[in-house]
Amino acid sequence: MIAYLIRRILYAIPILIGVNLLTFALFFVVNTPDDMARMQLGIKRVTQEAIDKWKQQRGYDKPLLVNSAAAGTHKLTDTIFWQKSASMFVFDFGYSDDGRSIGREIAKRMGPSLAIALPTFLIGLLVYVSFALLMTLFRATALDMAGVALCVLLMSVSGLFYIIGGQFVVSKLWHLVPISGYAGGTDSFKFVVLPILIGIMGGVGSSSRWYRTIFLEEIGKDYVRTARAKGLSELRVLFTHVLKNAMIPILTGVVVVIPLLFMGSLLTESFFGIPGLGSYTIDAINSQDFSVVRAMVFLGSVLYIVGLILTDISYTMVDPRVRLS
Amino acid sequence: MNYMPVILWSDALVFLLLAAGMAAAWYVRQHEHLLLPWRRVARNSVAMASLLVLSQFLIVGFLDSLHFRTALPQASGGERVYSPEVLSVFDKLVGPLRTHTEKTYSEPFALTLYAKESVTDAQGNVVRTYPRLQYGGAHLADESQRDADVLKRALIGGGLGLLVGLLSFYLTHRTLHCASGCDRAVSVVTLILTTLIGAVISLATVYHVLGTDKVGQDVLYLSLKSIRTGLIIGTVTTLVTLPLALFLGVAAGYFRGWVDDVIQYIYTVLSSIPSVLLIAAAVLMMQVTIDTHPDWFDTAASRADLRLVFLCLILGMTSWTGLCRLLRGETLKLREMEYIQAAQSFGVSSLRNLTRHLMPNVMHIILIALVMDFSALVLAEAVLSYVGVGVDPSMISFGTMINAARLEMGREPMVWWALASAFGFMLVLVLAANLFADAVRDAFDPRLNRTEAGA
Repeated sequence: MIAYLIRRILYAIPILIGVNLLTFALFFVVNTPDDMARMQLGIKRVTQEAIDKWKQQRGYDKPLLVNSAAAGTHKLTDTIFWQKSASMFVFDFGYSDDGRSIGREIAKRMGPSLAIALPTFLIGLLVYVSFALLMTLFRATALDMAGVALCVLLMSVSGLFYIIGGQFVVSKLWHLVPISGYAGGTDSFKFVVLPILIGIMGGVGSSSRWYRTIFLEEIGKDYVRTARAKGLSELRVLFTHVLKNAMIPILTGVVVVIPLLFMGSLLTESFFGIPGLGSYTIDAINSQDFSVVRAMVFLGSVLYIVGLILTDISYTMVDPRVRLS
Repeated sequence: MNYMPVILWSDALVFLLLAAGMAAAWYVRQHEHLLLPWRRVARNSVAMASLLVLSQFLIVGFLDSLHFRTALPQASGGERVYSPEVLSVFDKLVGPLRTHTEKTYSEPFALTLYAKESVTDAQGNVVRTYPRLQYGGAHLADESQRDADVLKRALIGGGLGLLVGLLSFYLTHRTLHCASGCDRAVSVVTLILTTLIGAVISLATVYHVLGTDKVGQDVLYLSLKSIRTGLIIGTVTTLVTLPLALFLGVAAGYFRGWVDDVIQYIYTVLSSIPSVLLIAAAVLMMQVTIDTHPDWFDTAASRADLRLVFLCLILGMTSWTGLCRLLRGETLKLREMEYIQAAQSFGVSSLRNLTRHLMPNVMHIILIALVMDFSALVLAEAVLSYVGVGVDPSMISFGTMINAARLEMGREPMVWWALASAFGFMLVLVLAANLFADAVRDAFDPRLNRTEAGA
């Protein structure tokens, strides 16, 4: 198991290098730093001095890959690639355009992101699986049909509608919770409850239907018939046999997203004014702060890879047949 | 000639898709075994009813893809100059919808603007009142006649539409009685559609059926124009996804070894970046390129259009990995099957083996993935445009409509109609696409138990 984990982590390194090279190519080769400077300073009538100053302030005034002017190892280290891209491997993200440390900002914003994302994920999972089990219990009846029809309808509605509609009904008509904002500590409850509800609502359609498909696939198998033949009640068959055996496909889709919860949700956070990583990313996109976007891309892929490893570990926990070696 | 046809990049891709679709349809018609699953789809009345709705969207989208520029009135002997405005056949067809722009917001079927303004009346006094609209209900003397007029026009238009629907039903079935060989759901949807379209056409010529937006544009017109953007995002993206996923996925599964390693590495890297972030990064970079090269484009429309095509490319580049993984897995399974092994031992070349024996057997996976992706892409467009990495802000789309209307929720009284129309049109389009996709999946997926598929 330990050996397996070490191998997986080693395997993650080339992938992260790939991600790094990709972002490097996207941000520095497709468009040169000169292009970016011109874009940010305004296209027309921008002097070369202004561009040079912009580049110098942000440390973009170095050669891309090889600095032939420097001596020794500085040939490689005194370059944009080394200082802007390779440094991300030690989670040194540098500074955003407004001069703040990106690393510190990320650490500070993870809390609020998690306060929304984690309850959404946990309660959501519970709701989706229960709903799917209910539909499976009443399979091939009118209730099941209505459930599936409801799922298809819900998944055809734009996620933006849930947010805008929810804000309108709950906050504006009923005045139950503030429309947007965030506060730390126990005050945060009234700010997070609506985003969480809406987050759950947005996933009901697709997730419940997906889980229902998984359960229906399991329910046709022989061990279920055996369990019924032993005289077990349908409920018991569902909860102790089917649910357990459906764990592997469920975990495959679920565990991967757990680390990504740290990243928050772009839409929810920006609509509700939550100072998390999602709104940080949106702000960076809107103000074209490339270093923040780069940092978030890298962080996202690190978390995704962590999620993949966690998925493998979780398999061993629910299925004794799976051995990691 | 007074018109100059303009083929934007996305138009060319639409025509290409259309040609490919027709070629595929022709090919399928020749082969009974390929036709079989489609017959199953055709027997599914929900699928056919949603296809009918989808076809309305497709027609609007196609008419909106035939672009041209009109000639400007020219000085004698001078060179012919064309207007920088790019119009489509659809714009011409719905002429009044496009040209009847008011000053600012007005409610659906309103006769007056939404906000009070200072108006000088006949006596020269300045009064604060709701000014009358320039076009909406301009034929009426005052507000009290409106409801009766709306009802009258809706009845006339709807009645005519119903007649057309019944007539077409009679012409195709030679009877008005829905007996065998007639799908009740499809017939009902047809009649509803023709009635609705008739009523809307009759009303839209004199009213703003869905109101007007901030700069006074008709919301119905905006919603109809958004359809093309949504359809292009949903379909052209697959043009990018398909070849990449198909060739790489099948090659990885068939050749295994280092080919498999390289391809797996590429898609793991791409899929490990959260897609919204990758799209955002790529779109930001594209924006820089487009903004630093203003000389590439002769009209604003062509710039917005190229951005749309690039967005499709980027969406395609980030979304092929899932399909590729599926195809790799399926190929790994298929290459151990006896018929492939037999072909290999007969000395059939790899290329022929791939194209002749493997690819036809993964086609159902591709088809299912494509129809399932469509609705997700349409929904994604709205989200991306909201985030600021979607289509060009000047391009009419569901996302830009929602984005523009979002801030108006705070107004008192609220401006709700633009949002409602965008969400409504999107819901109908995506719901129809989802229902159709489900039917296609049920018909093509060999794993599905046929008796269960109907439940």
